[in-house]
Amino acid sequence: MSAPTNRMPVNPAAVLAGTLADKTEKGGFTPPPASPARRRARRRNFYSALLFLSPWILGFLIFTLWPILYSAYLSLTDYDVINAPTFTGFDNYVELVQDPKIALALGNTIFYTVIQVPLHIGVALALALLLSRIGQSSGFFRTVFFLPNMTPPVAVGVLFLLVFNGQNGFVNLVLGWFGVNGPAWTTDPNWVKPGLILMSLWQVGASVVILLAALQSVPKELYESARLDGAGFWRQTRSVTVPLISPALFFLVIINTIAGFNNFTEAYTAFFGSGNSTYSNDAALFYVIYLFQQGFEFLHMGYASAMAWLLFLIVLLVTAVQMIVSRRLVFYEGGSQ
Amino acid sequence: MTRTPAPPGPPSITPSAPAGAIGPVAQTAPGRPRASRGTSVATPRRKRMRPSMVIVGILLSLATLVFIYPFIWLISASFKPRSEVFDNQLIPNTFTLDNYLQVWQEAPLGLWLLNTVIVTVLATLAVTVSSAMVAWGFAYFRFRGRELLFGVVLATMMLPGAVTMIPVFLIWNGLGTTGTLTPLWAGNLFGSAFYIFLLRQFFLGIPRDLFEAARIDGAGNWAIFQRIAVPLCKPAIVVTILFEAQAAWTDLMRPLIYLRDSSTFTIPRGLKALVDQFGFGGDWHWEIIVTASVITTIPMIILFFLGQRQFVEGVATTGMKG
Repeated sequence: MSAPTNRMPVNPAAVLAGTLADKTEKGGFTPPPASPARRRARRRNFYSALLFLSPWILGFLIFTLWPILYSAYLSLTDYDVINAPTFTGFDNYVELVQDPKIALALGNTIFYTVIQVPLHIGVALALALLLSRIGQSSGFFRTVFFLPNMTPPVAVGVLFLLVFNGQNGFVNLVLGWFGVNGPAWTTDPNWVKPGLILMSLWQVGASVVILLAALQSVPKELYESARLDGAGFWRQTRSVTVPLISPALFFLVIINTIAGFNNFTEAYTAFFGSGNSTYSNDAALFYVIYLFQQGFEFLHMGYASAMAWLLFLIVLLVTAVQMIVSRRLVFYEGGSQ
Repeated sequence: MTRTPAPPGPPSITPSAPAGAIGPVAQTAPGRPRASRGTSVATPRRKRMRPSMVIVGILLSLATLVFIYPFIWLISASFKPRSEVFDNQLIPNTFTLDNYLQVWQEAPLGLWLLNTVIVTVLATLAVTVSSAMVAWGFAYFRFRGRELLFGVVLATMMLPGAVTMIPVFLIWNGLGTTGTLTPLWAGNLFGSAFYIFLLRQFFLGIPRDLFEAARIDGAGNWAIFQRIAVPLCKPAIVVTILFEAQAAWTDLMRPLIYLRDSSTFTIPRGLKALVDQFGFGGDWHWEIIVTASVITTIPMIILFFLGQRQFVEGVATTGMKG
């Protein structure tokens, strides 16, 4: 088999479902009707493995497992770092429900994610389809499209303020050419989120690269037979392309949704921070920004921990729903799952 | 070929064997005739210029403009005096280098650069070595509970950083390292789930016979890992280095949490401080912010052109967002 056959992105659904094929391929561990010598060898083997795995095991215990448990505990307390945590039961969670800023931040985040993810994937797919039609010269465009992904998110936040500036930003200048009077993207609460979403589309390049790789693995014969059956471009795209690249599309839906819920840096750079906060804009208050403020600006560590757990549960729920829906929609070549 | 011409050396960062290992994700079943591979979905090249291709060309050119223009705007604005920053002229009416000199005076830029380089190098080194070790541990050894343990590695990928953020801060705080650069990279000493997954896939692709042969020749576990496995996985190692270098260079959240004093800032944290000082909340010196943004971005563009192929192929292979 030639090297560049499998360019498919790793599929988190498969990953989570534990369907990694090598599980069966490698056979795992064979139970031991072993002699003492072999048992000794096996133990030595186990200790060597442990030695190689030790960085991760240590890191998992200290930086993942303990933090998860401790954050669950903190979410039931009042804690400001200076004084010891005082246990308050579920007070933080009750407060979460009543805090209007939570509703606001959650609403902003959901609005952003629900609009951004389909747009992002739609634009990425359109560009990938264009690139797949030009064959050889797509390399140049791939490079160009990927460049914005290298721009640090802080700089993207700055660019947003500059390019989307209401009075003299470039976006409104271009809109003006078409007779459209552009809104005040960076100050009008109704337009801040649409502006941030449009800005985020600038960084669509990585998804284009993923989808292009998926498109290139679609067997050409399928298009030929579709064409013989009289299918036009749209029909081919709908009936051949999209089903065959659905694992990649699904992957993008999952990671972009998670990224949407964790949206922080660009909006924080543009609208929040330690300076004079008159420019801060409630329309850009995303959930993780509010969490960060509660935890590290107001030092409400207990409350912030409760917020983190709420976010975790929401993301888990959304991902689970997406995975269940995907069972119907995502097509895995080579049989049932 | 539709792809960038593959230079000699490692033909692709995807070894052939893990193709099957990803299981149902694999789109092309092994053994399928690969006749269609090299050619694109579109017509064979240089057949004829159809009108549809002209439209494709126009659309792609427009897209290119949209993707490139913000860079040009930014660089051009950084050479303009304060009053002309927003004039949307491609070529500055008044060309000046003052902004660069002024940024250098307003901010300890050299120090910020140094801090960022230190963090990036240590973070990248730490995560690459530790993740490779762990990945090797999962790929080479067979022991009871291996699959379960690896499942835990994968599960940690799904955990939002927000959940562990506060306790992890308390750990570094308890160790007295807040205000220093240590918390920005030292966590990487313990490997990172995504890279472990990526590298393990590559290690699984190396024929086991190679290791058995080395073992018979008397090589120990570490020698097999270091002298045989790692060199054979160089492309994946390079991808790990590039991805982590980008992540470490551009991170804002951790510097915001851990750094207080301006002399310890990294470049993104420093840029944020400049935005606070000179942006809408401050005294509207956008030319300084623009120039600092250029300085923050340039190293990433250089990094990208150094490892362009690995970046693009790495993203395509792993499906990771860059």
